[in-house]
Amino acid sequence: MKSEPQVINNEHDKLPAALAPELDIVLRVNGHDRTITVRPWVTLLDALRGRLDLTGTKKGCDHGQCGACTVLVNGKRINSCLTLAVMQTGNDITTIEGIAQDGMHPMQQAFIDHDAFQCGYCTPGQICSAIGMLNEGHAHTRGDVQELMSGNLCRCGAYTNIVDAIMEVKEAQGNE
Amino acid sequence: MQQKYIGKAISRVDGPAKVTGTAKYAAEYNVPDLHYGYVVNSTIANGEIEKINLTKAAMVDGVVKIYTHENRPSTAWLSLNYADMDAPPGKPFVPMHNNKVVYNGQPIAMVVAKSFEVARYAASLITVEYKADKSDTDLVANLQNARDPKKGLASFLKPPPPKPKGNAAKAYEAAPLKAGGSFYHGVEHHNPMEPFATTVVYEDKDKLKIYDKTQGSVNTQMYVANVFGLKFKDVRVLSPFVGGAFGSGLRPQYQLFLSVMAALDMQCNVRLTLNRHQMFTFGHRPATLQNTFYGADADGKLQSIQHESVAETSTYEDYTEIVVNWANMIYPSPNVNLQYKLAPLNMASPMDMRAPGGATGMHPVEITIDELAHQAGMDPVEFRLLNYTDEDETTGKPYSSKELKECFKQAAEKFGWAKRNPQPRSMRRGHKLVGWGMATGIWEAMQVPTRAEAILTADGKLTVRSATADFGTGTYTVMAQIAADAMGMSLDNVTFELGDSDMPFAPISGGSFTAASCGTAVQAACLGLKKKLLKKAQSTNAEYKSVNLDDIAFVDGQLQPTNSAVKPIAYTDLAAASKNKQIASKNMGWPQMMKQRKYTRAAHSAIFAEVEVDEDFGVVKVTRLVSAIAAGKILNPKTARSQILGGMVWGISKALREESVMDHRIGRFMNTNLGEYHTPVNADIHQLDVIFVEEDDQIVNDLGIKGIGEIGLVGVPPAIANAIFHATGKRVRNLPIKLNDLM
Repeated sequence: MKSEPQVINNEHDKLPAALAPELDIVLRVNGHDRTITVRPWVTLLDALRGRLDLTGTKKGCDHGQCGACTVLVNGKRINSCLTLAVMQTGNDITTIEGIAQDGMHPMQQAFIDHDAFQCGYCTPGQICSAIGMLNEGHAHTRGDVQELMSGNLCRCGAYTNIVDAIMEVKEAQGNE
Repeated sequence: MQQKYIGKAISRVDGPAKVTGTAKYAAEYNVPDLHYGYVVNSTIANGEIEKINLTKAAMVDGVVKIYTHENRPSTAWLSLNYADMDAPPGKPFVPMHNNKVVYNGQPIAMVVAKSFEVARYAASLITVEYKADKSDTDLVANLQNARDPKKGLASFLKPPPPKPKGNAAKAYEAAPLKAGGSFYHGVEHHNPMEPFATTVVYEDKDKLKIYDKTQGSVNTQMYVANVFGLKFKDVRVLSPFVGGAFGSGLRPQYQLFLSVMAALDMQCNVRLTLNRHQMFTFGHRPATLQNTFYGADADGKLQSIQHESVAETSTYEDYTEIVVNWANMIYPSPNVNLQYKLAPLNMASPMDMRAPGGATGMHPVEITIDELAHQAGMDPVEFRLLNYTDEDETTGKPYSSKELKECFKQAAEKFGWAKRNPQPRSMRRGHKLVGWGMATGIWEAMQVPTRAEAILTADGKLTVRSATADFGTGTYTVMAQIAADAMGMSLDNVTFELGDSDMPFAPISGGSFTAASCGTAVQAACLGLKKKLLKKAQSTNAEYKSVNLDDIAFVDGQLQPTNSAVKPIAYTDLAAASKNKQIASKNMGWPQMMKQRKYTRAAHSAIFAEVEVDEDFGVVKVTRLVSAIAAGKILNPKTARSQILGGMVWGISKALREESVMDHRIGRFMNTNLGEYHTPVNADIHQLDVIFVEEDDQIVNDLGIKGIGEIGLVGVPPAIANAIFHATGKRVRNLPIKLNDLM
């Protein structure tokens, strides 16, 4: 029996197309302009982790299903696995390495205080997502936070502690 | 020993590294001249590869080499060389060994390229021709092949069921109260957030540094050395941070083999990361079918326990779990018959997944007990108290400690159980049926020999190390606490290091035995260090010549003799006077076998659950869970609570969400991604309460540690199923419980 090929390729008998050329692009990451050389198919996530050695941003699924790769682009949270690096020139990209002005961001400290993680792999994404979510201004209650943080999976099951941490920061912000 | 830190809710010491993104995981070491691998997986479950077409892939600019079974370098001949610390009886899977396909998703080719994207693209151009044979992947359709498991080394930690007692079938027939049924759960995959990855640094000919995702750096080291014929000292494995594992890291996965093979062959640095789909192409919790038949007398006392289980295994290994042994450990009965069999299927070998066997077996046990209580017209807690025991009947040994009654009491109180109307379908909130259910959990408290080293330097710092692991379990933190207390030092001056095969030996970290095993090793190393400090004091200070170890308090970083005439000496002075300005001691932490062997040692739990079930749509919401845990000494209530919370989330997931769904026509899992393999999201998790019940156990080990990694999960799924019965009157025995079961 002949099985189906692994990838359905309509141009099955043709030679593979030549790869798109590499491009020099400038990404503004954590307040610094960084020049990297990438092909257009490189995701922002892989550019951050592989080319810029900013490995704090995590790859959990590469499909936009887990949220581990969440970063802030112009203050908005996005899944960095679902966008290409070449699409992000001219934008302000903030990763976990750049969220604190000095020392620790209150969200980072709250995550430690509430033990809002175990293995730590989803944590940078959770923290960036939480900061982005509060920026959005739609979270008013604990239930809102739960709903709006549901794009960030945590297999260790730290959800209740994550919400506790976010609520603490949110309430402190509200009192300012 | 003064306990200044043990038992205190201290924040995770590795917290700052994790929240700032500086904690590095296996795929995050960007070493120079790195080559990237990408794996091609089989798309049939059983058969042979006739041809692999590599032409197009090889033409892609940047592809360096493509490996298949036809060209890969040879590795060890003996099957034994592939057996890791957690290998079940049988022949371990060897990647690309020949053209045989033994499960769907098996790695059959690997592209190595200069970039990740090129490797991935080239892999997509590889096509494969197979000769496919019939594959059997459906446990229920293959029960006729069920047989006794083969015995092997693993049988020590996973003993087969005890021999039958009395006449369970006859007693069941005669019993006025009968309950039981058939329970099935499908395959589950661990799905830690971090995909499996290995970065191999080629240091020199036959000398490697390997960053691996593993629950045991020494296990990886041993495997690589044995398989590739390298010297142990030339293989250094590092895994300081592991992004979740839940048992999946107990065995080396195929990315380790393939990346090491390529690095040695190409003499370069190689990284191989599995994608999320590939996280479904190795071990998993096996599909299991169980039957229970329990009988009780008119008063509710158990007279017969019959529990049989058939679990799936692969065609090449006999993976076993302890599934049926639990019932008679917690419920006494004069007549018992426990059977455990395996049915080999064309699938990857199953492997340990959080509370392996326990989470599986206790589900039917606790549902059947709930049914009996219901039939007897008794409250489920009362029924369990009536059938309570302080002795494990499967061995005839008493429990070293068992505060389960206190768990029932405290959890029931917190939950408000007294207000429960026992009648099913009697409680409502609007159009939602409300149900309250409960269950018991148990997990054995194990301990394995582990080594640790304690090093005190003249700057007043203590470093303690062991090759164990922390995959979110809190090992870094609790070991530092133990060491700080053992040496009477401030925690700020104590660092615990782990995840490096160059460190003193530690076995794989799992089964909830790490805190007890490594904790004992840390204490042993600190005791060794104290002895050396005294020896140094005696050699430098005449006053100490006649002072014994027992006559000294080790506090505030000083030796403080009870005899006040002898002046205290600071550790730092003694270290400064020593060679290399440090004093170190390396010791083995042995289980106290003579004491332990007379007892069964286990952690227990009581879980109370509240569910709301939408009457029209069958949607279940777990609104509240209260879990009371008796697990000996709780080293750190903060990190321990998180472990239990995680177990409770896993319990909700197991009860209502997760299942790897197989298309049996082709023997392939269909939902191999995090969108379709359902686990709870934040909005699915509501009020969770954890109670640690005080339990003093002098037998398990000096510190009284039982371990908490698994106990948080065991008992949660049946508590939820029992609550659903109470809400709806429907007894659902299979997992996960789905909407259509309740409509």
